Amino acid sequence: MKRLSLNVVIGGAIIGTVVVGAVLGAVWTPYDPLKIDFVGRLAPPGATHWLGTDEFGRDVLSRLMAAAATSTLISLSTVVAAGLLGTAVGLVSGYVRGWTDRILMAFNDALLAFPAILLALGLLTVAGANSYGIIVALGLAYTPSVARIVRGTVLSLREREFVEASRVMGNSELYTVLRHILPNCVGPMIVLATSMFGWVLLAESALSFLGLGVPPPAPTWGNMLAASRPFIAQAVWLAIFPGFCISLTLLGINLLGDALRDRLDPRMRGAS
Amino acid sequence: MTDIISSGALLDVEALSLSVAATGTEVVRGVSFAVAPGEIVGIVGESGSGKTLAVRSIMALQPPAIRRTAGTIRFEGRDLVDLSPRELRNLRGGRIGMVFQEPMTSLNPSMTIGRQLEEGLAVHQRTLSADGRRALVLDMLRRVGIADPDRALAAYPHQFSGGMRQRIMLASVMLLQPALLIADEPTTALDAVVQRDVLELMVGLTRAHGTAVLMISHDLSMVARYTDRIIVMRKGEIVEQGRSDELLRAPQHPYTRALLSAMPRRLPARPIPPAATPIIEVRDLVVEYGGRRGLFRKEQGKRALHGLSLSIMPREVVALVGGSGSGKTTLGRAIAGLLPSSGGTIRYAGRPIGAGGPGWADYRRNCQMVFQDPYSSLDPRMTIGALVGEALRTVPAMGRGEKADRVAEVLSEVGLAGPFADRYPHELSGGQRQRVAIARAVVRRPAFVIADEPVSALDVTVRAQVLELFADLQARHGFSCLFISHDLGVVEQIADRVVVMQDGRIVEQGDRDTVFDHPSHAYTRRLLSAIPALAPTGEGGVRLKWRFDDVSPEPVPS
Amino acid sequence: MLHFVFKRIAMAVPTLLIMAVTVFVLIRLIPGDPAALMLGDLATPASLADLHERLGLDRSLPVQFGIWFGNMLHGDLGTSITSNQPVLPLVLDRFWISARVVLIAVLLASLFAVPAGMIAAWRQNTATDLFLVGTATLLYSIPTFWLGLLLLLFLGLQLNWLPVVGYVSFSEDPGAALLYIVMPVMTLFLHEMGVLIRMSRASTLEVLRLDYITHARAKGLSESAVLWRHAFKNAFGPTWTLIGLVLGNLLGGIAVVETVFTIPGLGRLLVDAIFARDYPVIQGCLLFVAFVYVAVNLVVDLLYPLFDPRVTAE
Repeated sequence: MKRLSLNVVIGGAIIGTVVVGAVLGAVWTPYDPLKIDFVGRLAPPGATHWLGTDEFGRDVLSRLMAAAATSTLISLSTVVAAGLLGTAVGLVSGYVRGWTDRILMAFNDALLAFPAILLALGLLTVAGANSYGIIVALGLAYTPSVARIVRGTVLSLREREFVEASRVMGNSELYTVLRHILPNCVGPMIVLATSMFGWVLLAESALSFLGLGVPPPAPTWGNMLAASRPFIAQAVWLAIFPGFCISLTLLGINLLGDALRDRLDPRMRGAS
Repeated sequence: MTDIISSGALLDVEALSLSVAATGTEVVRGVSFAVAPGEIVGIVGESGSGKTLAVRSIMALQPPAIRRTAGTIRFEGRDLVDLSPRELRNLRGGRIGMVFQEPMTSLNPSMTIGRQLEEGLAVHQRTLSADGRRALVLDMLRRVGIADPDRALAAYPHQFSGGMRQRIMLASVMLLQPALLIADEPTTALDAVVQRDVLELMVGLTRAHGTAVLMISHDLSMVARYTDRIIVMRKGEIVEQGRSDELLRAPQHPYTRALLSAMPRRLPARPIPPAATPIIEVRDLVVEYGGRRGLFRKEQGKRALHGLSLSIMPREVVALVGGSGSGKTTLGRAIAGLLPSSGGTIRYAGRPIGAGGPGWADYRRNCQMVFQDPYSSLDPRMTIGALVGEALRTVPAMGRGEKADRVAEVLSEVGLAGPFADRYPHELSGGQRQRVAIARAVVRRPAFVIADEPVSALDVTVRAQVLELFADLQARHGFSCLFISHDLGVVEQIADRVVVMQDGRIVEQGDRDTVFDHPSHAYTRRLLSAIPALAPTGEGGVRLKWRFDDVSPEPVPS
Repeated sequence: MLHFVFKRIAMAVPTLLIMAVTVFVLIRLIPGDPAALMLGDLATPASLADLHERLGLDRSLPVQFGIWFGNMLHGDLGTSITSNQPVLPLVLDRFWISARVVLIAVLLASLFAVPAGMIAAWRQNTATDLFLVGTATLLYSIPTFWLGLLLLLFLGLQLNWLPVVGYVSFSEDPGAALLYIVMPVMTLFLHEMGVLIRMSRASTLEVLRLDYITHARAKGLSESAVLWRHAFKNAFGPTWTLIGLVLGNLLGGIAVVETVFTIPGLGRLLVDAIFARDYPVIQGCLLFVAFVYVAVNLVVDLLYPLFDPRVTAE
């Protein structure tokens, strides 16, 4: 294994921390994230509550960890959903070509033509503003991007001689797609999944910030940030920590994504 | 002309060494040579010989990852290292010009031809007015054979073909009247027919201006034809250098000898046992491209093949030759069933075949293909053993044990026995990968193999080995072969019969000796004039005899 | 060339059509009587029946779409339930407010980011490059709503340099309007700098690898001439396309910045409408933004040949 680049080291460290926090947040937190305690409200970071308490007296650290778990779960579900749907569409479109491709891509491009957040907002009005609604709305909003990229990869793979060789050997089209094309899509798909995880996390936070995401009292970093606004003058820590968590996680994802792209893409071009 | 000091050499390279900056690995070691004014010198070597890096470092244009670690480079008596950045820039273009290999990428796609050509003049001949520059550019464009220079000035590179772009590159460089022209594989990316024209142009222009030429190539015969002296490089070192004719006649170093003996040559014609029916028979085949049924109108397709007829008998090797755009690849793919035809029939063993029709499965089992690019014809995610074994997947009669045995057998036939079966394609060299491709094609013991430029992407010495392997397998197992190639030299060695194509039509066909010695079509003669006939000398070298030297180049299209 | 223009415009038409269908279907997917949804609390039996008639709700779906589409082409996007105003003028008013912020931010960001990215690529792996890439990645990772909050906190509250809440239109008081607009613009500017520097650097790196760059050096050109005269135009293309995408995306995502700085823009209009279940406004916003996005990208595509003449040859 070559010397690990700085991107991987820092990105990996960040994501590792976040993952630990998220996993922990799902099973154990220092305090109950929902437990209200009006007496200790708006306490600055200290010995008992490491990161302070919010306007209801709830422990900020615990809420951050629970939020990590929620956001990660939602984002993962969305990436998987959009990934599966988009790959299916892209695979069929790219390999079959002809009118199937034209029609699928016409719809795909029309959906792509909506800014993703806008489409998600639109879908949310139908799906309802809760966890499942977000997964559906964001999943559908990002499916066209996945389909486009998978289709592009399939198109270029299709012209590679080892695919022609498979056909000459007498293998069925289905076999060729499953055995030769799909496995070679894995590289770009991993890079895409990493980037998408970042976009979805950001979108989910933004939607929660607007009040259209996971409804309170369940915490996400976005709605914690939104709730901090009235108290921003007195309890500045309420605004700092959630935003910091989002930024740090996104930074980690971006660094890892960059490193992955460097590693995986050149080999896809067949450099010897 | 400037005064030449000391030895009179224009360029004097002494003990040059280059290494990779990050790891210290040497890529060029102790290279010494000189170029006299007006001389044409060729550097020959295979990939990894370091020839390109050594030559680029003459103008300090090597990639930033490579550093000079030893040696001196003196041009017109001055050591390169002593030059200030401004003097170095004056040198580049003004005294030394460079022509690159890939015409598709060496011109800026977003700048007009006129601007790119005038740019050099603006830097090196500042006293010229804009009109003066324009006049010089127009004149040079005319001299390199561009038909409508005025229109060319405002045109963009993508509007010209590869050969035209290379001429424009030559114009761009020769405009500045350099003392030395460095040509890095100037014609490798061009069609065989166009290559000769561009080379003759280059030699003509440089001779007229008294410009010395340092030409890099992997094509020894081409270098031998046009140069005064040859330098042979291998793995970063010079193994031999001397006058072209002497080097060819009596090479000293074993590597030079290996290079010369790797050049393809004619072997005695083989007797083919006669057969009643041809194994493959093509009649009036028509293939069309690109008709699109758009939403609003129907675009007319382009005809790639205009009603071809061709037969291949059992056990014979038929070569399909032609330049790019001749349709030979299309014909190969159509016969392989990868392209649909719009007319005509293809018969296998007497029965007409069509996709999905009766006999299709049988045909698929018996017709296999070897592709050109060793880097993209093998699935990078499968092991060698799996790749070759996959071809046996649809053979019902064999059990698992038999299949494993057959795979092992065929891998040892191609010289990749033992641990190779568990390796991945990226761990193998280009030549080894092509062997795998061949193994995969013959593992089923097919009756017919289509080989689409199977050795074109390989180095000369590797090419000879793979070609020999292929011929050996063909003789042993007796499959018929359609061998597609643009390289007539290779064809001369391996073919029993030759079919010549141009623009989607067959212009000539016949047995090898007849076509090579007494061609009837003018296009065949042009193709043949690009490759020499080889006759061995007693001293381990070869004598090159050029054919049909009286054939004049075709007029340049606009 | 003309052929290229026509082809691009023609390609936009089916896209717009399908987008219109999507919005129509989306709204229709909401359970309940469409007329009741459109009228909200103000519905009376008479007005309901009237709207039923006008929207053709008793006829087939494609006909309903036709009526709806026809209305749309005439500029009739319905009436807002909450404010009882016609939707289109409302959307347009808010749009100008949002557009101002977005355009200034993106323009400034492009002006600085494109050369910065090119210089980073030119000086690849030096301290300059690492600094620029590091800063860009950092800026790119910070969500705009948090960045806005932080700016608000420090520049607005702590240092009291800039007004925190509200918006003043330019026609009333240009000086004050400028002050109010600084922080939102700065927020978007910083974020987009991150995005654009990365892209500009990546595409310049690609270009610098190509043969014609070496050829330009071999002609004796100075390094800066090589970079600005040869690399720039070719490297700019992908960044130019990205600018189009960024403009469109910001129109969608600007709601968060408008929330932080309490700006009455288009994003805020859409979000408020979603909370209020003001379906005519939701529909109008979706359609309008989608249309603007397609128009912007069309312009970007049409200007692309300026940077890469090969595109028209298809």
